[in-house]
Amino acid sequence: MTYITKPKFHHPGLQTNALGFTRRDYEGKVSTLCAGCGHDSISAAIIQSCFELDVEPHKLAKLSGIGCSSKTPDYFVGAAHGFNTVHGRMPSVLTGANLANRGLIYLGVSGDGDSASIGLGQFAHAVRRGVDMAYIVENNGVYGLTKGQFSATADQGSKSKKGVINHDSPIDLVGLALQLGATYVARSFSGDKEQLVPLIKGAIRHKGAAIIDCLSPCVAFNNHAGSTKSFDYVREHNEAVNRMDVIPARSPITARYEPGTVTDVTQHDGSVLRLRKIHADYDPNDRAGAMAFLHARQAAGEIVTGLLYVDPQADDLHGYLGTVQRPLNGLTDRELTPGAAALDGINASLR
Amino acid sequence: MSLESPEGLERGGGLTAVNDFVVKFANVNGSGSASANGMFAKSILRMGVPLAARNIFPSNIQGLPTWYEVRISEAGHLGRRGGVDLMVAMNPQTWDKDVAEIEPGGYLFYDSTKPLPPSKFRDDVTTIGVPLTAITNQAYSDPRQRQLFKNIIYVGALGELLGIEMAVFETLIGEQFATKAKLIPANVAALHMGRDYVREYLKPLGLQVRRADKVGNRIFVEGNNAAALGAVYGGATVCAWYPITPSTSVAEGFTDWCQKFRTDPDGNARYAIVQAEDEIASIGMVVGAGWNGARAFTCTSGPGISLMQEFIGLSYFAEIPAVIFDVQRGGPSTGMPTRTQQSDILLAAYASHGDTKHVLLFPEDPRECFEFGALAFDLADRLQTTIFVMLDLDIGMNDWLCEPFAWDDAKVLDRGKIMTHDELEAGRDFGRYLDVDGDGIPYRTLPGVHPSKGGYFTRGTSRDRYARYSEEGAVYVDNMERLLRKFDTAKSLVPAPITHAAKKKTGFGVLYFGSTSPAMNEALEALEARGLHVDAMRLRGFPFAGEVFDFIAQHELVFVVEQNRDAQLRTLLMNEGGVDPAKMVKVLNYDGAPITARFIVGQITALMDSPHIASSNQLAK
Repeated sequence: MTYITKPKFHHPGLQTNALGFTRRDYEGKVSTLCAGCGHDSISAAIIQSCFELDVEPHKLAKLSGIGCSSKTPDYFVGAAHGFNTVHGRMPSVLTGANLANRGLIYLGVSGDGDSASIGLGQFAHAVRRGVDMAYIVENNGVYGLTKGQFSATADQGSKSKKGVINHDSPIDLVGLALQLGATYVARSFSGDKEQLVPLIKGAIRHKGAAIIDCLSPCVAFNNHAGSTKSFDYVREHNEAVNRMDVIPARSPITARYEPGTVTDVTQHDGSVLRLRKIHADYDPNDRAGAMAFLHARQAAGEIVTGLLYVDPQADDLHGYLGTVQRPLNGLTDRELTPGAAALDGINASLR
Repeated sequence: MSLESPEGLERGGGLTAVNDFVVKFANVNGSGSASANGMFAKSILRMGVPLAARNIFPSNIQGLPTWYEVRISEAGHLGRRGGVDLMVAMNPQTWDKDVAEIEPGGYLFYDSTKPLPPSKFRDDVTTIGVPLTAITNQAYSDPRQRQLFKNIIYVGALGELLGIEMAVFETLIGEQFATKAKLIPANVAALHMGRDYVREYLKPLGLQVRRADKVGNRIFVEGNNAAALGAVYGGATVCAWYPITPSTSVAEGFTDWCQKFRTDPDGNARYAIVQAEDEIASIGMVVGAGWNGARAFTCTSGPGISLMQEFIGLSYFAEIPAVIFDVQRGGPSTGMPTRTQQSDILLAAYASHGDTKHVLLFPEDPRECFEFGALAFDLADRLQTTIFVMLDLDIGMNDWLCEPFAWDDAKVLDRGKIMTHDELEAGRDFGRYLDVDGDGIPYRTLPGVHPSKGGYFTRGTSRDRYARYSEEGAVYVDNMERLLRKFDTAKSLVPAPITHAAKKKTGFGVLYFGSTSPAMNEALEALEARGLHVDAMRLRGFPFAGEVFDFIAQHELVFVVEQNRDAQLRTLLMNEGGVDPAKMVKVLNYDGAPITARFIVGQITALMDSPHIASSNQLAK
């Protein structure tokens, strides 16, 4: 499918955000994915999140790997620069881009083949480094573009459309992210926009590596009986630990839930993650507890969703490297080149 | 054996030479010999005598043999000569091989503490025994001190045997321990122990270092360190790398230089260095940073380039600046990790799948490593593609005597064609892959430039001039042809070749590049001295400028001298210039040791005498 121009039509009554942009200003080109694809719902959630957070469209950098999911950055926030990199290597490209200019928001979009199979190493190391990014894995357990092979997140015993049973153990990216030190870890479902939008907003506002594993059924190759990543299966087994709202620092905090069911988590930038707990005993600031909870529920056949862990005061790679606040790509010649006099000194020391 | 019964100067007549001989140190890796050997080399430079020093070392941390070869040459011949006049045999493991390597009439310096059977020596080699272990054991009780000072003691002894001024060593020790002054007396004392033993029991050798004035203001530095400094001057801010011999010291050097020159008063860094998880991630980070407008590089060797292929293709096709320092080593596969070769030429020139071509720079010494190291970033931004700086282990990991680094403060870094916010705001047409100027180089925008204009989607898939996805054949071909035009533009931007004309008009030419330079310079002199005239051209960059093919056309026969098995440069010349293979004769050294003038002269003279060339031999005379 080739490029399609989307008519730019604004209804005069469209709601605008604080920057004067409408939701349509955050849209991109028309999706070329299959009708009903979960990934398009995630794109819509990203659009909604950026609109609600008043993100300047051009201050977003969208990076992806290769695959169905990785095509999607063309379908949202069209004014932003996007980079469809190579298969499984988006994390390193995003890391380099982030090093070059710390002043932008970095959104990584990937799939389960891209992040859990070919790109598992890069996924792990970008998380370890604490790259400041919102990293969304659009997880459907299947290779769509090559027509239905299992990916590494496919559950053991899951059946492919062709009837093949998967015998390999699945890779759980949420469990991995927790173990590798991600400072914001969430799982959601493309069919649950109410849960997903706040999680994306929280990830964007988070400083450090924010990972969202978003189950996103493949309508073409993984939505049949026997699949554990189908719409029906995920709806039946979804076990949300919490529901979240993101309240930017400048907004007054008004709505109050019943005491004992709400936790407010203030992030480094002052924004508040308001968690309405469904599991009353769930503590999203306890990494070890989150891992134990996740494993226990997984063993019980449940897919745990929600904000599973957050370290609201986390630092990022720039903090660890001690880089200057100004973007490295904006430094002047004078700030970069030591000059001839310094070189004379170097020459003298080499004789 | 006791200190009082030295075994010295017992055999042989002994070579005589002043400021023109080769000393080789045979040591054990990890024994602390490197700094002592380095001091020995530097003392000769301070005497005003040029030298070339080369480490020959194993892929090992401790225990295996390592050598340090010093060629002293007042005439300024800085290639490896071949052969050894004085062997400093400090490693029993390699004794037999080391002794066998000495030129007839040469000298063998060894630790004579334990007597060795006569069969271990050669009749045509003068033996100089100094009981180093006995001396150190008498002077020191701490095993570590014994080890370290033994090295200084042999330097003192050698200095006295070769006529090197002790004051020069003392100055060097003072400089080396400037910040740890209390170590100076102990080191000087050890130096004197060696000197005093020689004064008492031995006599100077036939090989002598005599003060001269042939070093001038030249500097003595490793190519990797020079390349790293070039990256600093070239404005690199992002370095992503993965450790691999022999390139690791590029990243380490960059770190050191940045800490010195790129640290704000508040301690913040105007650079970012990431040791990546592998070479793929390294180049991925470089591509990401380059896409986002920072000058970024990685440093690696052949195995790393193999791993980076996919990203190099992306950089070529999506047109993203990147710089790769490839410090070449012996391949293929793991090959000879600690030996030198020029065997990544084709790998780099045509890296990645599909039709690609990449810009290569070939520095001949550390001075050019610095110059090209800085230039590479301008070229990467100007051409929006990957630029390879092709070092090798010989240049990269050895200190070379070379002209000092130079920098013009009036120079402005060339950031290439970047469309600004104001240009976009003014309504300038932006097509990411639009050839506005006819040089094949499009304009790019950087992420975050403008709220509504200039944004585009970068991808490795085919697209039209406005960066819109397209699989139309004509659109694809249009883009591929523009990439060729861009590559054509690169011809005038890479450093031009340098020609050295023979004293007489000749039908013979020779092409060479990179670390072959010092050996070639010496070989040309030697050939000229034999009345064999050969015009020479040193290639400094790829794509090849037209004058390279003119040079080939102007000669009946051209020798192509390279340090690989398959004559990769020759293949590249054939492929890019349609040169008749019969016109280009291979001269190939690829055993892992740096090429020598002896080898080049031997090969070229033998080839000239060979039946198929002999008919045109008179061309050279």
